Amino acid sequence: MSLSFYVHIPYCIKRCGYCDFNTYTPSELQDGATLEIVSNDYIDAVLKELDSAPQQIVPTIFFGGGTPSLLPAKDLGRVIQKINDRNGLTDNCEITLEANPDSVTLEKLEGYLEAGFNRISFGMQSAKPHVLAVLDRTHNPANVEKAVSMAREAGFKSISVDLIYGTPGESLNDWRHTLESALTLDIDHLSAYALIVETGTKLAAQIKRGDLEMPNDDLMAEMYLLIDQLCEAHGMSWYELSNWSKPGHECRHNVAYWKNENWWGLGPGAHSHIDAKRFWNIKHPTTYKQRLFSGETVIADSENLTLDQKRDEAIMLGIRMREGLSTSDLNPSQVQTLATYGENGFLKLHKDRVQLTPTGRLIADRIVRELTF
Amino acid sequence: MPAISLAKAPQPASTNPAQIRNFCIIAHIDHGKSTLADRMLGITEVVEARNMRAQYLDRMDIERERGITIKSQAVRLPWRSSLDGKEYILNMIDTPGHVDFTYEVSRSLAACEGAVLLVDCAQGIEAQTLANLYLAMENNLTIIPVLNKIDLPNAQPDKFAAELARLIGCKPEDCLRVSGKTGDGVAELLDQIVAQIPAPVGDPNAPARALIFDSVYDSYRGVVTYVRVVDGHLSPREQIQMFSTGVRHEALEVGVISPEPIAGKGLGVGEVGYLITGVKDVRQSRVGDTITTYNNPTKQPLSGYKDPKPMVFSGLFPLDGADFPILREALDKLQLNDAALVYEPESSAALGFGFRCGFLGLLHMEIVRERLEREHKLNLISTAPNVVYNVTMDDGKVVRVTNPSEFPEGKVAAVLEPIVKSTILAPSEFIGTIMELCQDRRGILLGMDYISEDRVEIRYDLPLAEIVFDFFDQLKSRTKGYASLDYEEKGDAEGNLVKVDILLQGEAVDAFSAIVHRDKAYAYGVMMTGKLRELIPRQQFEVPIQAAIGARIIARESIRAIRKDVLAKCYGGDISRKRKLLEKQKEGKKRMKMVGRVEVPQEAFVAALATDADIEKIKAARKASE
Repeated sequence: MSLSFYVHIPYCIKRCGYCDFNTYTPSELQDGATLEIVSNDYIDAVLKELDSAPQQIVPTIFFGGGTPSLLPAKDLGRVIQKINDRNGLTDNCEITLEANPDSVTLEKLEGYLEAGFNRISFGMQSAKPHVLAVLDRTHNPANVEKAVSMAREAGFKSISVDLIYGTPGESLNDWRHTLESALTLDIDHLSAYALIVETGTKLAAQIKRGDLEMPNDDLMAEMYLLIDQLCEAHGMSWYELSNWSKPGHECRHNVAYWKNENWWGLGPGAHSHIDAKRFWNIKHPTTYKQRLFSGETVIADSENLTLDQKRDEAIMLGIRMREGLSTSDLNPSQVQTLATYGENGFLKLHKDRVQLTPTGRLIADRIVRELTF
Repeated sequence: MPAISLAKAPQPASTNPAQIRNFCIIAHIDHGKSTLADRMLGITEVVEARNMRAQYLDRMDIERERGITIKSQAVRLPWRSSLDGKEYILNMIDTPGHVDFTYEVSRSLAACEGAVLLVDCAQGIEAQTLANLYLAMENNLTIIPVLNKIDLPNAQPDKFAAELARLIGCKPEDCLRVSGKTGDGVAELLDQIVAQIPAPVGDPNAPARALIFDSVYDSYRGVVTYVRVVDGHLSPREQIQMFSTGVRHEALEVGVISPEPIAGKGLGVGEVGYLITGVKDVRQSRVGDTITTYNNPTKQPLSGYKDPKPMVFSGLFPLDGADFPILREALDKLQLNDAALVYEPESSAALGFGFRCGFLGLLHMEIVRERLEREHKLNLISTAPNVVYNVTMDDGKVVRVTNPSEFPEGKVAAVLEPIVKSTILAPSEFIGTIMELCQDRRGILLGMDYISEDRVEIRYDLPLAEIVFDFFDQLKSRTKGYASLDYEEKGDAEGNLVKVDILLQGEAVDAFSAIVHRDKAYAYGVMMTGKLRELIPRQQFEVPIQAAIGARIIARESIRAIRKDVLAKCYGGDISRKRKLLEKQKEGKKRMKMVGRVEVPQEAFVAALATDADIEKIKAARKASE
């Protein structure tokens, strides 16, 4: 049995208007403080939490956030080093860094590589300044191209960019431009997410006030179909609902989530899944550090999955992937339900596997609701 | 004060009819009837000041809140007239004050010799008051015109005195001016009741005849029947008989209300009081019926008895199907006190099990529904109200239709629908808009009269179906709330009516069928298909929605196939969150009804059928559960 690690870096220089992730700006944590001050002993805390994780060999590590690239390579390297020391890494262990295209330099990138990272994912979001402005992103679209070529130059073997579509004010042509810009970059992997309006965000307030208007589902659907069409044309195949890659460049860490492997999340608010148990940490970085330094647990809550829940999760996650579901895992009434969707062109039966078509992926949740719960 | 203590006042069963005055108060909602009645209870000292509360006679919460009287009351008030110094017994009979209860009002009026016409002198007379005034005049009652609320700063007593004078043919200065609030003029009013209203006349030696003007179910005592004795005498322990049914009961208790029930030795000619026989159902003691004695029955009943006839029908369905037995019990219980309420079980593909209920009118419907919800904690959906149609087929067969889904298939020769004669009172500036509305609702103008310089009475024949739809709301909004409406039955008339079906994916949905005038079928079809297109979520295939008369499609819409129902992100921490979200959405799915292959949320049925108030309620309930 192996164990993947997620390492949460809960810091950002600025909060983006659409983001509801568990991340904080330095001044939110401490009045007038710098990043150095608030993150000072953060890695020490993470290393302490690491002591309670199982000691199985590690096939993937993923540093997410927040903005992990805000922390120096040597700090992040300490985590990789300790995981290697106590668990051991597989030979081809995938170690990913989420990075802001603005906060990297060639030297920094070389440093991360040296610290053990071999995969990098840049938050590009859009190539259109007016779209980036709505999203509150600060980077210059031109920086993405620079960042990607620097990463390649530094020696990263696998490079990914993240995109967001369906931003208020974004047209299908805007989106086509963004996709084409991304696909001309020297990348191996692309994630594209429909913008979700999370309650409590600035974006949600703007929409509620009527300052911004979300695009309708039809436009969102067109945008999704366009990704699939252009990615396939550029030799990138979909392997999960929102992810496309060149062969062999699938993000193995994320695949571990979707296959319900065991994984441990380090850091405030991070979730873990070990066998049939899910548990998650308290959210605030300050409390998180305090508890660890005083020897207390940081687990906020947990749930033990019932057999039914495990089965439902397997369907919920499996159907999102290229491999799809196996009809041998389904009962006759579920197969019957799927047959109707098949007739309407939402899925294909390939041997004993059920795979969603692009239009089917767009209604995956609806299909899951009919199959489960 | 010329009050007399109850003990010293003339006693029930031995009061000389010459000392009795029976009167009612005719007034519109808000014109101050309950306040005036309270004031009369106080001034005659039948209620001690410390026991007084507002709207003393309105027993149900719903009566107090809505300011309407649903059930009548009859209070015995002893009074010494300051004009002649003699003792009198005044029986004040409180009448229900709404168009739906015209028949009950007519029986209350039949129990009196006079009526106080009470008009708010800041507002003037309203249509329903006018209708009841005409009813009182037809019953040959002495009318005492009274202007109330003279204490108000915007009172216009001179203007409305002229209006009343013109209506009843008196002089403006004959109108009394009172304030129920301050008590000004109330003692004078009581004196005038004595002076102007004739004493009851009857034969004390004839077989007993008493008019039932109300009957009320009391959970402790059974049915309490309110009566006015015309001839003879009613005594406790006597065998009495209902004229219409011939059923015999023992009068367990006979008494008067003053204003709490006081059991006594009986009731004589001209007296008003109550009797209790132990029956449990008001339908055994029907308003308008004549009570006589079993041993010496009358051969001649009092005139005017009618069976209550439901005019408006609507389906009532529990929001939660599990509440069906509670609804049944609640209706059974309500019927004990409401002889006009009829119902039978109904099942709808859309709304599940419920009851098709018949009501006297819209207010009656609202009251029943509100009582069911309030007193039995039920959450109900009511379908759009409709009237009764008599459909004659080509082969001569006649089908009575109380639910559009019963409308017969095949060749229809004629459809009869109920017509009402309606009276609208409004400021004259609104004549145009009112006439436009009435014409649009297939009205036939009967006439129009100015009742004062700037107020008119407009009379129209209108199909009742048009009124139950949203006529009243339209009338109010077009006249800034100034118009008032009254109507009475005027038989059936043939209408060019058709049944419009609504089809989802080619299948007719019973709950959405409606009977409408042929000229309006298209508009109904367009409205309903449009509404459903908004309400039914997109499905995995395109769903046509059509409106049809028979096989002919008159309107169509379509719900396009769903394009997107997926959350893009699903990583570590998202997994439990997403599973829980899907579980919750799945719960919502359980509230879906399958119509053929189409999933229709219950809310869509409700929103398409129900009133705006229902929709608000459902939204609130949904919000509370989130």
